[in-house]
Amino acid sequence: MTLLIYDGTFGGWLTAVFEIYEYKLKDVVFAKNESSNSLLFSNTHHIETDPKKANRVLNGLKKHLSTHGITNLYHAFFSELDQIEENLFRFAEYVLSSPVNIEGDLSNNAVLNVRKAAHLTGKESHRMKAFVRFKLTKDNLYYAIVEPDCNVLPLIQKHFKDRYADQKWLIYDSKRKYGIYYDLEQVATVQLTFDSNPSSSKFLAEISDENEEFFQNLWRNYFSSVNIESRKNTKLHIQHMPKRYWKNLTEKIPNLKK
Amino acid sequence: MVHERVMEKLAILADAAKYDVSCSSSAGQNKRKNSNKGLGDTGNGICHAYTEDGRCVSLLKILLTNHCIFDCAYCVSRKSNDIKRAAFTVQEVVDLTIGFYRRNYIEGLFLSSGIFDNPDFTMERLVRIAKKLRLEENFNGYIHLKAIPGASDELIKEAGMYADRLSVNVEMPTEKSLKLLAPEKNHADVIKPMEYLKNEIIGYKEEKKSNFKAPLFAPAGQSTQMVIGATQENDLEILGMANYFYEQMNMRRVYYSGYVPISYDSRLPEIGTPVPMIRENRLYQADWLIRFYGFNVNEIVGFDQPNLDLDIDPKLGWALRNLNQFPVDINSADLELILRIPGIGVTSAQKIVRARKFKRLQPEDLKKLGIAYSRSKFFLAFSSPFYLQKDLSSMQIKEQILNIQNSKYKNNFSNQLSLFQ
Repeated sequence: MTLLIYDGTFGGWLTAVFEIYEYKLKDVVFAKNESSNSLLFSNTHHIETDPKKANRVLNGLKKHLSTHGITNLYHAFFSELDQIEENLFRFAEYVLSSPVNIEGDLSNNAVLNVRKAAHLTGKESHRMKAFVRFKLTKDNLYYAIVEPDCNVLPLIQKHFKDRYADQKWLIYDSKRKYGIYYDLEQVATVQLTFDSNPSSSKFLAEISDENEEFFQNLWRNYFSSVNIESRKNTKLHIQHMPKRYWKNLTEKIPNLKK
Repeated sequence: MVHERVMEKLAILADAAKYDVSCSSSAGQNKRKNSNKGLGDTGNGICHAYTEDGRCVSLLKILLTNHCIFDCAYCVSRKSNDIKRAAFTVQEVVDLTIGFYRRNYIEGLFLSSGIFDNPDFTMERLVRIAKKLRLEENFNGYIHLKAIPGASDELIKEAGMYADRLSVNVEMPTEKSLKLLAPEKNHADVIKPMEYLKNEIIGYKEEKKSNFKAPLFAPAGQSTQMVIGATQENDLEILGMANYFYEQMNMRRVYYSGYVPISYDSRLPEIGTPVPMIRENRLYQADWLIRFYGFNVNEIVGFDQPNLDLDIDPKLGWALRNLNQFPVDINSADLELILRIPGIGVTSAQKIVRARKFKRLQPEDLKKLGIAYSRSKFFLAFSSPFYLQKDLSSMQIKEQILNIQNSKYKNNFSNQLSLFQ
C-alpha cells in the first residue's frame, strides 16, 4: 500500500492521479499534509501540486465526461466525505479506461458514490446560498459566519459576487477557518485573526451599523408574522432548517433585549 | 423610518398577506442578470427560511395596505372585519425590500394590496414601488405584483415592465361560490386581466425572439390561487379550473390554499375546523402529475370519481384503477410509461433510462438508485426467470402499501376519517 500525501487541493488531487499512473502505484491511500500516521504504510509518496500534470488529467477526464460530469467530480471533491479521494480515483480510473461516457452507469458503485457526494455538496452549497445572513458594520461591510458540512465557499462565491456586486461582503467559514471577501472588484480568500472575541455582544455593538439591530428585529418580526399557527408542522420546519444551522440564523436566535 | 411604527405595520401587513400561498421566486428561462453592477439577480429561486408551519419564505410578502373597500367573506382584510388597519408608504416598502435583500434574507418582493379608493389608485402605488426599485435602486431581484382587477390596461402593462411575475387570484373555484361569498365580484373581473396579461406576455416573448434587446415583460409569467375547502366544490371542479388556467391562460402556476378559518360567518367553515391540509397536498400532487408526468386531468379525476383519494396519492390511485397497464418492464419501457409507475419520480425515471444503457437493471439496482422499491415493486416486471409476481388485486396492493408506508398524515388522517364516519 502507498500513502499519497498531497496538499488537500483539487489541483493536488489531479496531480496525484497523474503520478499514480506515472509511477504505477498500487493500492493508494490519500492523506492531507497534516496527517501523521505514515508509519503504518510501507511506502509514502509526496505529491507536489503541478498545474501541468493536473491539467493533463483534467483534459483527459473532459474527453470522457460531459460538462455536467466534470462539475459533479469537482463538487464531489469538496464534499470532504470520508475516503472521497479514493472514491474519486476509482471513478477516474473507470472514466479513463472506458471508451464511452460512463457517468450514467449508476449501478456501478464508483459512479454512484461520486454522484451522491456531488449531490451532498450541491445541497449544502444551495443551503448556504439560502442561509447566509449578512450583518452590516459601520464601515459598510456585510459579513456573515457559516459552518457548512462541506467545503462550499469556493462553489458559492460566484453566486454572491454576481448578486451583491455593489456591496462589500465577507463570508467566513468558522469550521475551516477561512473566508471569502469581495472588495467591489474581485473575491479573495482570507484568513482572519480576531483581537477580541468576535461573538461577544460588546464587540458586535461596537462594530455594527446603527440600523443593523433594527433590521434583524424586523426580520424576526416578519418571520414570526408569516407563520400560520393552525398549520404548525415542526417536523417539516426542522427538515428544511436543521438545528445545526440555527446558531447562525438571525430568525432562530431570540432577541435578547426584548 | 420611524422604527416602532414600521415594526407594527410589518406585523399587520405580513400577517394579512400570509394566506396568499404563492412563494415561487424562480425566473424561468429569462433570468434577470446583474449586468449593471447593481443589486441582485434572479435565478432558479432560493427558499431562505422556513416558518414553523414548514412553508418556505423566499420573498418579502406583504400588503401595501389592508384597508379594503370589498367585503369578501373568505378574506381576513374584508371591510366588515374588526382588525387593525395599516398602510405602508412607497418609500417604506422600498427600504424594507432593499434592507432585507442586502442581508440575504429574501429573493425579492411579493406585493399585494387591499383595494383602497379604487383599483387604479391602488395599482398605481404598486407600480410606483416596482419602478422605484428597478430604476432608482438598481434592483434586479425578483418582484411579484398583484394585478388588481379593474385597473386600467396601461397600469397593468407598466407593472409588467418592472415585475417578474404578475398574478390575479381567482380565489373561488366557481362563479357560484364567488357569488355566495363575494357578491360584489364576478369571475369575469379576474378573467379579463388574466387574458390581457396572457396576450401581452406572448407578444413580448415573440418580439424578444427577433430582437434580443426588446424589454422583458413579466418574464416569470403569471399565476393564480384558489381557496380550497371554504366552499363545496369537488376536486374535479377545482382541477378542471386549474387545467383551464394552464391551457387557456398559459399560467405558470396555480396555487391551492387550504382555507384557514378566520370568520364566524355562517356561510363558511367554523373557526376551529382543521385546515384541509391533506386535500391540499393531494391537489398539488395531481397538479404535478398534469404538469410534469404527462397525465391528463381526466385520468386523475372524473365524473365517476370526482374527488381525489385522501389515503393514497393520485398516481397510486390511477395505477390501481388501471392495473391492466402493468407490470411495466423498466429495462425496455419508454420514459413516459416509467413516469407512471408509483414510487418512481421524474429524477428516478431519468436515472433508470440512463443506467439501463449499461446493464439490465435488477431490483437491487433500483434500490441503489434510491427508488421507493417497496411501493413500485407491485407494478414492475423483471426479465429474470426466477422472479415470481403474484397476481394481486388492487385492494390487496393498496392494503400492503398502506401498511408499509408511515404517512406523515397518519394521525391527522385517522381523525379526519372519524369525522365522516
